[in-house]
Amino acid sequence: MRMPLLALLAKEPAHGYELKAQLEKVFGEAYPSPNIGQIYVTLQRLERDGLVCSQDVVQTTRPNKRVYELTDAGREALVSWMDRPSDGPRVRDDFFMKLVLSEHAGASDRLGLINSQRRHYLSQMRALTELMDACDRRIPQLLIEGAMLHLQADLDWLQRCQEEMV
Amino acid sequence: MTEGADSLLLRTVGLTKIFRGEGVSVPALRGVDLALHPGEFAAIIGPSGSGKSTLLHIVGGLEPPTSGEIWLNGERVDRLSQARWAILRRRHVGFVFQFFNLVSNMTVADNVELAALMGGASRKRAKERREELLAELGLQAKADAAPARLSGGEQQRVALARAMANRPSLLLADEPTGNLDSTGSQAVLRLLGTAHADGQAILLVTHDARVASAADRVISLFDGVVVDDAAMALPRLGTMPGAAEAGPRLRAPLPDVLKLRG
Repeated sequence: MRMPLLALLAKEPAHGYELKAQLEKVFGEAYPSPNIGQIYVTLQRLERDGLVCSQDVVQTTRPNKRVYELTDAGREALVSWMDRPSDGPRVRDDFFMKLVLSEHAGASDRLGLINSQRRHYLSQMRALTELMDACDRRIPQLLIEGAMLHLQADLDWLQRCQEEMV
Repeated sequence: MTEGADSLLLRTVGLTKIFRGEGVSVPALRGVDLALHPGEFAAIIGPSGSGKSTLLHIVGGLEPPTSGEIWLNGERVDRLSQARWAILRRRHVGFVFQFFNLVSNMTVADNVELAALMGGASRKRAKERREELLAELGLQAKADAAPARLSGGEQQRVALARAMANRPSLLLADEPTGNLDSTGSQAVLRLLGTAHADGQAILLVTHDARVASAADRVISLFDGVVVDDAAMALPRLGTMPGAAEAGPRLRAPLPDVLKLRG
């Protein structure tokens, strides 16, 4: 979550709750809402690494709040993240490990493994469809569509595994 | 027949199909037992060459099996004459294809109306049914157009209207979204959902996981045999690690691509 927080702070300084609210506003229901503890821990680490700095703002009726601001090093890290192409999905795949190593583990029913994995992917696809139907904003919709395309690819690949290994 | 088989809409027993060419025999189906209840929605998936389209075509009477039995509404149909089978099919079975197969020199309205007439509806009834369906599918404005003037998604909606003209108890669909973009697929998927909600049974072949996951049941075919037949589990809160701490907004298990990465 480091880089998304830096990106939000690049626009203006903010405190933890504001960042949480902004993440939710931008990504909508498609993203699991980050919990506030996670955000504060990440902000502390970013500060330790010199990418953000903070100061307490005194509030009279409420406890003080800590407002975070991007440092020059933070801006540099953000720019280099933006400029760098992102990796595609994993080469290391948990299911594939199971499939290949199932014989070693004494569970050699590969078709069974593939079938149960397929059922799981399909039920995830169904969950995404329901999420998509409930969603009327473009950014979350695009995110969900991406997840669906990844799932379709996973299912196609599962079929290839079945053709080659069962 | 086995106990309870009477209540089945469709049943196949030991269905095989061998395509014979010059000196080679290619088995496409190697003993498929399938049972579908009235109102059930089942998807058949599998790699190309697994026999899924062949199965659907045989069930729909478009080609004969090499051996095995097909029962429709408690009646054995694979031994019927072509003519008898065709009549039964028009009354009870609707078919949707990947490439729509509309009659190109007839209007949209006539394509739908003809299907109703062939199913035995009176002229008046056929017209009513056509108007009803085109309205339901949002195609009224296109009623007098030739199919070729329509987008792929619209043509497939016409094909669905045609297939549903006689309120068939069984709707067969072969890759109904295979030739459509995402918007067209969504529309077709919605219509299938409506047909299903109305109590029609649907058996469809697809390679589109989104379409398959909308079914009650997913049947996996591989090398001409059924290798899996699974009732679709409805997604539930907390069935995946991470769902609980993600908070109440996440009501379903989601793939990890949707999780925030640190």
